[in-house]
Amino acid sequence: MTSLMISSVMYQGVSLSSYLVLSAILFTVGVVGFMIRRNIIVIFMSIELMLNAANLAFVAFSRFLNSMDGQIFVFFVMSVAAAEAAVGLAIVIAVYRTKDTVNADEVNLMKW
Amino acid sequence: MIDYVGLIPLFPAIGFALNLFFGRRMSKGAVGFIACAAIGLSFLVSFLVFLDLLKMAPASRSIEKILYQWIVSGEFQANIGFLVDPLSIVMMMVVSGVSFIIHIYSHGYMHDDRDFPRYFTYLNLFVFFMLILVSANNFLLMFVGWEGVGLCSYFLIGFWYEKKSASDAGKKAFIVNRIGDYGFLLAIFLIFVTFGTIEFKAVFAAAPGKLAIGSGIVTLITLLLFMGATGKSAQIPLYTWLPDAMEGPTPVSALIHAATMVTAGVYMVARCNVLFVMAPTSIFVVAVIGAATAIYAASIGLAQNDIKRVLAYSTISQLGYMFLACGVAAFTAGIFHLMTHAFFKALLFLGAGSVMHALSGELDMRKMGALKPHMPRTYWTFLIGTLAISGIFPFAGFFSKDEILWKALTQGGFLFWLVGAVAAFMTATYMFRAVFMTFHGKSRVDHEVAHHLHESPSMMTVPLIVLAILSTIGGLIGFPIFEGWNKFHEFLSPVFAVPPKVAEAGHHSAGLEITMMVVSIVIAVLGILSAYRLYIKKPDLPDRLAEQYKIPYQMIANKYWMDEIYDFVFVGPLIRFSIFLWKIFDEVLVDGTVNGVAAVVRGGSQVFKRLQTGNVQSYALSILVGVVLILGYFVFNIK
Repeated sequence: MTSLMISSVMYQGVSLSSYLVLSAILFTVGVVGFMIRRNIIVIFMSIELMLNAANLAFVAFSRFLNSMDGQIFVFFVMSVAAAEAAVGLAIVIAVYRTKDTVNADEVNLMKW
Repeated sequence: MIDYVGLIPLFPAIGFALNLFFGRRMSKGAVGFIACAAIGLSFLVSFLVFLDLLKMAPASRSIEKILYQWIVSGEFQANIGFLVDPLSIVMMMVVSGVSFIIHIYSHGYMHDDRDFPRYFTYLNLFVFFMLILVSANNFLLMFVGWEGVGLCSYFLIGFWYEKKSASDAGKKAFIVNRIGDYGFLLAIFLIFVTFGTIEFKAVFAAAPGKLAIGSGIVTLITLLLFMGATGKSAQIPLYTWLPDAMEGPTPVSALIHAATMVTAGVYMVARCNVLFVMAPTSIFVVAVIGAATAIYAASIGLAQNDIKRVLAYSTISQLGYMFLACGVAAFTAGIFHLMTHAFFKALLFLGAGSVMHALSGELDMRKMGALKPHMPRTYWTFLIGTLAISGIFPFAGFFSKDEILWKALTQGGFLFWLVGAVAAFMTATYMFRAVFMTFHGKSRVDHEVAHHLHESPSMMTVPLIVLAILSTIGGLIGFPIFEGWNKFHEFLSPVFAVPPKVAEAGHHSAGLEITMMVVSIVIAVLGILSAYRLYIKKPDLPDRLAEQYKIPYQMIANKYWMDEIYDFVFVGPLIRFSIFLWKIFDEVLVDGTVNGVAAVVRGGSQVFKRLQTGNVQSYALSILVGVVLILGYFVFNIK
């Protein structure tokens, strides 16, 4: 453990762009997952993935700009994500009780 | 009393309002009393105004009483005003007097009708409008009365509106009247444009100065006025509504279609005598149409079997006489006949109503006969009316009809006299035919109906007696020949202009006049004898004659197919045009356009609705596309 910590201090560390690229990749994965997957739970997971990608970007900027603002904002995002997950899953349960499915393609009562 | 002339139309208006709002809550007796009392008071006031007028010097008997400034619009002004002069007071008395008698009769006749209050409401309203018509001092107010009586005629003809023929007849009356009214209205417009005013006094005073005799304008105005008169007074070509109007209750036929409304046209022509005298062409047209209608309608009356239709055609014919008189500038004679005709025609109609009442509504004369012993009062009064209309001395009709024939001969020409004389012969014939078929001969009454045969109650027979008395002595105020005996003529002549042709003509000998009177009586007696021969002595002769002279008989029995011709020429195309407008213009064009707009919107929405898939993921895709586009704009277009 200490050898790993010593090795990171001795190098320059990971650059900001790497973090942002990672964040972008995670976000894209989340978007694509949201679009493509049928299972509602998986869609929720993709939403969480998108949110966390944004969190990563905030934290990265906070570290490299030496400002606590990013970290504080992450707290907000996390609590919102948690609340939204709770409400969303409650809705999913209600939908399941009505339509007996968690397939997003089948929840299309609002279709013309 | 002349100051209170406004009361004359006011009483019937109050009667109308009371019966309109409270009629259904009051007893039948109360409704009838209010209606009759209103007209009775009206007559009383008219009579008092008449007495006041008599006290004045003949030259100054023309008083205007303006009640209210109704319309003031730029140069145009119309007032609610009354004109009291000999002509209007004669009309007011005839209208209110005969209406009063008929109201009383109606109380008995309509007693069992469930719509009793509505009847008297309409009847009072009618008298109100008629009184406005005859007492107005300007064309517009007269036109208000004119339209009002047409409206009430529609109400009353279609009184039993649940019967299709009655409501159709009401519509026909109103629509045909309206066609004439179009002419009247154009005339009023022309008068305003020419004179700048529509008040009688002003127009008639200015006319000789402003217009040349026989000029196009005055001819046009008078022809248009006469067009209105042909509609209201049932002359050729707008008479077809009157026979159908017999669908209404009989007292209505007596009042409106004999004594008052149909005389409005004659009154109007008489009132505008100044204009007509200045337009020789128009006045000639009036005389020609009057004479033609007189003989035409009389010929149809010869073959009608419905007692009311006989009387209807008789009315059309007698109105023709009145117009013939006005057409030869014998306006006093025309109004005289208007008055006597009101008496005896109302009498005849009410008598027919009495017969129908006794026969439980039967009006086909072929199912009557030998009624004289059962209904003596009705018989004798009806006979008096028939003698009057046939022109037998000394009944009222003799004096008035004879004066018209005399004036037609001396002021119009032999041809006019001849047409009038032939029509008089026919009149006597068909009227006595009616009497003989109804009251004499063998009884052809249905068994059921014969059981209920009875004389009518006093409330119906007393008015008959009053009218019979008037038909007997009413003519004596117009006694000709002897100097100063023709009171009626003396009273009315200051109102009327005299055409120069007439003024210049010399005095005709009394001998010729007496000869013509004898000739008139002989013609009438010949008519009576013909009817006697055909319907009493040889009852099968009429049918044999009908067989022998098939074509003439068919023509008059089918009233010359005029209704059918009108349907074919006017009504048919109009209805086809209406259907075209309905099916093609309205349904295809208008609805098509409106619906087309809706269809375009619908088509658009068919395309756009595909966005709404109900699938959350596709919505998210839309959001993504939007975000990409916006970001792309900002990334690539920042200046």
